[in-house]
Amino acid sequence: MARYLLWRVLQAIPVLIGTTFLIYFMVFAMPGDPILALFGDKTPNPALLARLRAEYHLDEPFIVQYWYYFTGIFQGDFGTSFTGEPTTEILARTFPVTIRLAVLAMLFQSIAGILVGLVSGLRKGKLFDASALAVSLVLISLPIFVVAFVAQYVFGIQLGWARTTVGAGAPWADLVLPALVLASVSFAQIVRLTRASVIETQGLDFVRTAYGKGLSRSRVIPVHILRNSLIPVVTYLGTDFGVLLVGATVTEGIFNVPGVGRTLYQAILRGEGPTVVSFVTVMVLIYLVVNLVIDLLYAVLDPRIRYVK
Amino acid sequence: MSSNTPGGKPTHYVAPIEETPLVEIDSVKVRTDEKPSNLWRDAWRDLRGRPLFWLSSALILLIAIVALFPGLFTQVDPNSGCLLANSNGGPTSGHPLGFTKQGCDIYSRIIHGTSTSVAVGFIVILITTTLGLVAGAVSGFYGGWLDAVISRVGDIFFSIPYILAAVVVMSVLSAYRSVWVISLAIGLFAWPVVARVLRSEILRVKASDFVMAAEALGVSRFKILVRHVLPNSIAPVIVITTISLASAIVAEATLSFLGVGLPTSTMSWGNDISAAQVDLRTAPQTLILPSIALSITVFAFITLGEVLRDALDPKARAQR
Repeated sequence: MARYLLWRVLQAIPVLIGTTFLIYFMVFAMPGDPILALFGDKTPNPALLARLRAEYHLDEPFIVQYWYYFTGIFQGDFGTSFTGEPTTEILARTFPVTIRLAVLAMLFQSIAGILVGLVSGLRKGKLFDASALAVSLVLISLPIFVVAFVAQYVFGIQLGWARTTVGAGAPWADLVLPALVLASVSFAQIVRLTRASVIETQGLDFVRTAYGKGLSRSRVIPVHILRNSLIPVVTYLGTDFGVLLVGATVTEGIFNVPGVGRTLYQAILRGEGPTVVSFVTVMVLIYLVVNLVIDLLYAVLDPRIRYVK
Repeated sequence: MSSNTPGGKPTHYVAPIEETPLVEIDSVKVRTDEKPSNLWRDAWRDLRGRPLFWLSSALILLIAIVALFPGLFTQVDPNSGCLLANSNGGPTSGHPLGFTKQGCDIYSRIIHGTSTSVAVGFIVILITTTLGLVAGAVSGFYGGWLDAVISRVGDIFFSIPYILAAVVVMSVLSAYRSVWVISLAIGLFAWPVVARVLRSEILRVKASDFVMAAEALGVSRFKILVRHVLPNSIAPVIVITTISLASAIVAEATLSFLGVGLPTSTMSWGNDISAAQVDLRTAPQTLILPSIALSITVFAFITLGEVLRDALDPKARAQR
């Protein structure tokens, strides 16, 4: 167990180095001289130029610069935004909002998705199943910004059930509509996964045994079938976190949710390259850590996984 | 052929050959006229009977024709001839879907924007299949340290959600935005999916008896890979590729919507949706109509992918 955990953590290190390296390399390749840009149209004093270059380590080779950047990340230094506010401070302000939105979306998509998937799987080939599959195909085909705009137009503008933009402090009630939009992306996937898994589990021996023992449907379905069908769904929910982060960028931007996603969205719109990069780095790091934690949890929950490798 | 004692009567009765059970066995019809069943023929038989297959294929055919020959569908120029007097106007004769904020014909812009989305989709899958096939085949078939290196590199690219990665690439290359650059930005981070699927499929096929037989016959490693292993591992790659074509189209529209996609001068559904968002309250149709075109296209490719997955994967077939 401990060996597996250690091995899995060690495995994450090259990926961590690789992703930050990749992002840093892309920025390094960015055309233009950042120091010259500081001076605008003026021609700077060469001595001052050299001093600034040295101060920001720009006179050193790429790999050394990357090292400064990489160690900076571990000291909590993700850079500074265009407004002069350190990225970490912006994160402290915006991240809780995004977490709340993501948790709400996760809740919606997993509860609704698992329920619909379970019923579909149990009634394979019936009308409910066919219509659930049709709806899920349509939902998968809709890009998230289309869902967001349609929801905003129908529920916010036409029906007036929800506010089109989220108010200050992002109260839970305002987050419901954006969370539903965010949940719509993965809802369909969860329905399909649960359905396939339920159909497979249903045919297994232990389910037949359970029925043979005289257990009622109301016990076999939740305890024997559903619980054993959830393993692939839980795995999917873990990897889905990246989808939620990307989705949050668009959804938060459209609904004006004051979270990490909107900050990234606005930085993209304003063309603030460095801010975009530091936020993408943060998001990728969060994504990596969440996936690592889920893998570790998974090993704790399912003994079979520990022994593979 | 009864056994006769020479010159005498038969000692015992022997049934004529025409009446023995052996004839029955020999004459069992071996259906040599029918070709042996294989994955592709089974899949085709399965696909033929499915309405969703025909629906998605017909849609894709239509989209392809629109993308290649937009002139067949509209005579109205999408850019010139825009009158601000028509800004956000409703349908008039000759302009069935009304006008954008700039007073351009929406129908014509949708028709002419098709090729952009389709081009990005195809260039992206060209990149992801090429990279994914080579990486997946090498790491799955040859294994060893090559596998370790390629799989870790794939992990790195896989760990960055590809829209976020494309946002960075497009911000960096803001001066060089074009269909090719955006496709490269998406494809560069989407290939590990193909490589992973192919790798695990090759690992499965590599253990088959026919591969061992080919090895025993002295067929070269490379020839085994190309002639025996790849053709038997390609089915899941086709499924993934069809679906990732749809994802690439969504990615392009999302990036254009975020403002880091194609330059606004390029006709694209994503750009039109992005431009229309400020008028959602007053002129929702300028946003909804290109969104519908986008969604139908994505629907067609995703549905085809799903139907193919069902037809090519016997396990999925059992679950229907």
